[in-house]
Amino acid sequence: MKLWNKLMCYSRSHSPWLFHMNSGSCNGCDIEIVASLSPRYDAEQLGVRLEGSPRHADILCVTGPVTHNAAAAIRTVYGQVCGPKAVVAIGSCPATTNVFIDSRTLEGPLDKHIPVDVFVPGCPPRPDAIILGVAKAAQILAERGNKPPAESVMIPIAESACCKDGCACAAKAEEVQA
Amino acid sequence: MNTLITSLARLLIFPGLLFAVPAAWFFLWVERKAVARMQGRIGPPFMQPFFDFIKLLGKTTPERGGVAGMLMRAWPLIAVSSAAGAVGLLPVLPASGGFQGDLILLLALLEMPSMCIIAAGFSSRSIFGEIGSAREAVLSVSYNIVFLLAILSIAASQHTFSLSALAQLPSSPLRWLGILALLICLPAKLHLNPFSLPNAEQEIYSGPMVEYAGPELAMWELSHGLEWVAATGLVATLIAPQVTLVWLAILIFIAISFAIVLLLSVTAAATARLQIDTTVRFYWQCTLIFAVLAVAAVLFMRYVA
Repeated sequence: MKLWNKLMCYSRSHSPWLFHMNSGSCNGCDIEIVASLSPRYDAEQLGVRLEGSPRHADILCVTGPVTHNAAAAIRTVYGQVCGPKAVVAIGSCPATTNVFIDSRTLEGPLDKHIPVDVFVPGCPPRPDAIILGVAKAAQILAERGNKPPAESVMIPIAESACCKDGCACAAKAEEVQA
Repeated sequence: MNTLITSLARLLIFPGLLFAVPAAWFFLWVERKAVARMQGRIGPPFMQPFFDFIKLLGKTTPERGGVAGMLMRAWPLIAVSSAAGAVGLLPVLPASGGFQGDLILLLALLEMPSMCIIAAGFSSRSIFGEIGSAREAVLSVSYNIVFLLAILSIAASQHTFSLSALAQLPSSPLRWLGILALLICLPAKLHLNPFSLPNAEQEIYSGPMVEYAGPELAMWELSHGLEWVAATGLVATLIAPQVTLVWLAILIFIAISFAIVLLLSVTAAATARLQIDTTVRFYWQCTLIFAVLAVAAVLFMRYVA
């Protein structure tokens, strides 16, 4: 039984199937999700598969600032994803509603409607940040199982940049933070 | 008693479940990996289909009551068991038994998963599932005529409906014509590009599978993999030369199946999906003539000889 649980945990973290939902996004984050599956980034190495049906998915990827029309749809689709499940909010819009803040056509941010596990900020975030977010969500999913979601994780923009130590852009990110 | 043990061993050990399930996962991996390599990607790790299967077993399923719910749970199980039965009938080992007419049983079992997919789409009551099922039905009507005619021409040229007899007899040029027609039908049978209409994910989401989740979806994945093993295995046993060594026979069988899987995956990666009317026209106009010619030639040769 213990071995089976271990195997299940490992399998869950190695086979995240995504369902992508647009809640009024400008399509900027959506094409970055597609880019993360393209030959340059190739998220399928982590077992990621973009599924057509929310029933098949483990991780719900939401883009956009949650408009009036999308709010009910988001709750429906979240209910249709079978457990254990996780939610990744991609871009700055679902996290804070971004430049559309205080708009009367919005009902965002996303965590007012469904529990969010990982925020990947950026406008749009880089594909490697999206992949990092999905990998983190898969890890959360594996550890949590069918238990209710706890608090959410934020992927810092500098950490998810294309390179880390000893690179010009990492140094620049530190400079900006300081 | 002895035949019972032999047939049980064939169903459960080789080429049945114990061999076929890992082989199914392996072929699913080869398919995904070949597509990834063709697109310039690295692709999924070796154990990916196994991880997917285990993960799906651990997911919950939505509650469905009534007869429709029972049917929806039953279809994937019927599909898996008939596909496993089809693999168990393959005459891989020399002198492995078999009976007159087992070719017909194999064809019926091979057809069962696609029947189950059609029924599953309609019992899910989803509009996407129904469209997918309708497409699957149209597709199966078009390729099955050619598929059955090809099998018929092979069987008629060797005067037998027994699989092991077919595998043992030396191949004739006419048999190669039939095998070619079989190979043309395989992409449609396995829902691969250019005939991947029933599960066209950009248009109708996952087609008949759209409402399935968790362990039921795992069973569909497994039945798809077993269909790969059975369909490529059928062609492999018809192509394979007859050898007396057991391990050599197994090795040749696996090698030929692998080559066919690779060929089909590369074709799938290199082509785009055809429209339904183009697909039907392809099978009814282009390939049917070919298959009818094969059967006619076989009957003519039989008459002359």
